Amino acid sequence: MVTKKGREAPPAPAQRVTLPEPAQAAAPPRADFALETVDLSVHYGPRPAIQHVEIGIRHRTVTAIIGPSGCGKSTLLRCFNRMNDLIPTCRIEGKVLFHGQNIYYPGVDATEIRYRIGMVFQKANPFPKPIYDNVAFGPRINGLHGNLDELVERSLRRAALWDEVKDRLKHSAFALSGGQQQRLCIARALAIEPEVLLMDEPASALDPTATARIEDLIRELAGEIPIVIVTHNMQQAARASDMTAFMLAGSLIEYSSTNDLFTNPKEERTEAYITGRFG
Amino acid sequence: MSATASPKRHALLRKRKDIAFQVVAVVATSIAIAMLVLLLVDVARRGFGGLDLSLFTNYPSRFPDQAGLKSALVGSVFVIGLTAAFALPLGVAAAVYLEEIAPNSWLKAIIQTNISNLAGVPSIVYGLLGLEVFVRAMQLDRSIITGALTLTLLILPIIIIATQEGLRAIPSSFREASYALGGTKLQTIGAVVLPMALPSMLTGTILALSRAIGETAPLITIGALTFIAFLPDGLRAPFTVLPIQIFNWISRPQAGFHERAAAGILVLLAVLLLMNAAAIILRNRYQRRAQW
Amino acid sequence: MRQSAALSARRRGRQLWFGLNTRSVAEGAVQNLLLLASLVSIVTTVGIVAVLIFETVEFFQEVSILEFLTDRQWTPLFTQQHFGIAPLFTATVLIAVGAMTVALPIGLVTAIYLSEYAPDRLRSIVKPILEVLAGIPTIVYGYFALLFITPILRAIFPQMQTFNAASAAIVMGIMIVPYISSLSEEAMGAVPRSLREAAYALGSTKMEVATRVVVPAAASGIVAAFILGVSRAIGETMIVAIAAGQQARLSFNPLQGMETMTAYIVQVSLGDTPTGTIEFKTIFAVGMALFLMTFLLNMASRWLLRRFREVYQ
Repeated sequence: MVTKKGREAPPAPAQRVTLPEPAQAAAPPRADFALETVDLSVHYGPRPAIQHVEIGIRHRTVTAIIGPSGCGKSTLLRCFNRMNDLIPTCRIEGKVLFHGQNIYYPGVDATEIRYRIGMVFQKANPFPKPIYDNVAFGPRINGLHGNLDELVERSLRRAALWDEVKDRLKHSAFALSGGQQQRLCIARALAIEPEVLLMDEPASALDPTATARIEDLIRELAGEIPIVIVTHNMQQAARASDMTAFMLAGSLIEYSSTNDLFTNPKEERTEAYITGRFG
Repeated sequence: MSATASPKRHALLRKRKDIAFQVVAVVATSIAIAMLVLLLVDVARRGFGGLDLSLFTNYPSRFPDQAGLKSALVGSVFVIGLTAAFALPLGVAAAVYLEEIAPNSWLKAIIQTNISNLAGVPSIVYGLLGLEVFVRAMQLDRSIITGALTLTLLILPIIIIATQEGLRAIPSSFREASYALGGTKLQTIGAVVLPMALPSMLTGTILALSRAIGETAPLITIGALTFIAFLPDGLRAPFTVLPIQIFNWISRPQAGFHERAAAGILVLLAVLLLMNAAAIILRNRYQRRAQW
Repeated sequence: MRQSAALSARRRGRQLWFGLNTRSVAEGAVQNLLLLASLVSIVTTVGIVAVLIFETVEFFQEVSILEFLTDRQWTPLFTQQHFGIAPLFTATVLIAVGAMTVALPIGLVTAIYLSEYAPDRLRSIVKPILEVLAGIPTIVYGYFALLFITPILRAIFPQMQTFNAASAAIVMGIMIVPYISSLSEEAMGAVPRSLREAAYALGSTKMEVATRVVVPAAASGIVAAFILGVSRAIGETMIVAIAAGQQARLSFNPLQGMETMTAYIVQVSLGDTPTGTIEFKTIFAVGMALFLMTFLLNMASRWLLRRFREVYQ
């Protein structure tokens, strides 16, 4: 399909969960959103990072957030599990609704939110502990009863790492390769059985093979829980996601199905970005 | 007529100065090392003769060849053991608070400056503090517990500073990973941060205790005695420690006592050597495993 | 959906009221305990200052400040009591100065050598040796001063007394060398490579780069190290107590024995002075003077170091 300026559309992503029809992409009822922001603004001290962002993450979809560096995509992601609380100068206005409840309401326990919304970071950061203890860390500090061995194996399988490490669970996590470490971090996040998974440029530090495996993993997991992934790699967003949000200088410029955004962007700035005129 | 000396001769002079300076530098460095060697040789020469079993099994005596370190060694073990028991938990707790929990406020800045100040206070001033507060005000007498409390205050800044540095060296990505899994601050500290900071904590503690073992002045001030011919029978008992016993022997005119003093110094240096070797081994072992 | 439902049940602790549960209460309590631990250091400082002030004030109720500062004799333990701190003060300062004349050249030159000249292998041997020097207890240095250095010096200067300031000063200088050299080396290491390279590119020799570029650039750091060394020398006790003697004498002759402020405190502590007497209070008055001197020096050193870091970071 050829679009306005005569360039080729990026290849349609292979296997995906069925998308809502374009007509319905506009505004589904609130209950369909796992996560939603209402007029969300974030300041670091005097500096604004995000301004008046309203976005809704749907169940069982992969949502990609793209934009040039400094546009606020990581900040937005970290609002979802209140990781921004850790930065003392951070000021948050507006609401973030998780299953309809505002997670920033005073009195809400942030650690509870982080336990229900998992996060994988840009650079793999496994603990300097054995592989088993890395995956078991989340369940242990949250007071799990029950079969830890089974939970560890299940999480490692879901992260497509079990076969490679099942014989060396007691070895240090640092002995793994970069791609394996990242999958370990995904297993670690899955072990607490989150209801949403947030990923901040999970493959940016990895080689293409490892990246491809992570993207396969994302598509598999999306069948169970919503995944929000921040990426600076547009091809990755096009390959791996169902919905895409484009941010620029702290504002949400456009948010629609990946197909629509990449082939028929409504905003001029979106088009400029995806055709590579800046960023 | 050239106004300056010829450039070639000037360059040669500068080169000569450079070489001369190198010689001077090597000499200066060697002086310091030579002094250390001289000291060790002298101690070994004089003390070796005094290193017999009676050194360890006898109490002090008026006769040099019968004088021994028994009470001093036992006293040192008690005092240092108690000091470690007080100082390590306190120091680690304070360091954890300052580095991991405290918000960047004026209170934190005051505490940090205060700790740096305390590290530079002469040790005898700590003795005066201990004398007034522990011996007189708290009525703990010139006892082992007073000595231990005084030394605890003395080495606390060392432990705090070393532990803080160890905590600071841990990248924040590990803490973030723990928070993202729903960990609380204390859980993150206990399950992730402290295990990783363990090597530097241990090294810092061992160095602090090495310092405490050799401390003489504050313990003299709080009243550790220099002639004790019995073993302490409890924490409130009078006591002496190894460096004070050595001091006592040095202060006597007879050469026989000087030999015993040298022997005592050999014992002291041996203990310190063991402790520092342990610290280095620990540090290397952990550094090999930790590759962050 | 979540398969390990037991996970949710236990983790939150019992709900107390909205937002507060047993786990957050426990966290708060532990954090307060840790805060108390860090307040111990403040209590220590307050204690030191309070103790010194208390006894010094009482001391000055019996002895006038004028006498303390101007009388040239210090004889509290004799029948005719004089309370002029001058003999102790000059002894302390004289020996400290003497120590620094040994420590500064050796320490600084060693630092320059390690920082600019020495190959890495040599550095890795010399630096640990210097660390050993720093770790030796001062009582051992006192032994060295009295029983090794003094006999040698007396052979050269027959009129030297057994207890003399020179031996103490020399050995104290050796003890301080590691402090000077490691701090100076740190300061020189902080000077950026680009400055050195600019000088080399203009054809300077290594010595010129070291002495005309690096040392001046690291000057405030080096001066800070020097001041710290002086502070250390002033507060040092055992070397002077053993080697310089316990006779308070107002003298500038290094061949004679003299008593420093720290040695006096040791002398009284070894004796039978009953508490509450004026003799007892003298150790606190002297201690106060000692504390003030080292405190001011440490502050000056830290201020200089902070200014130095601001420039290079």
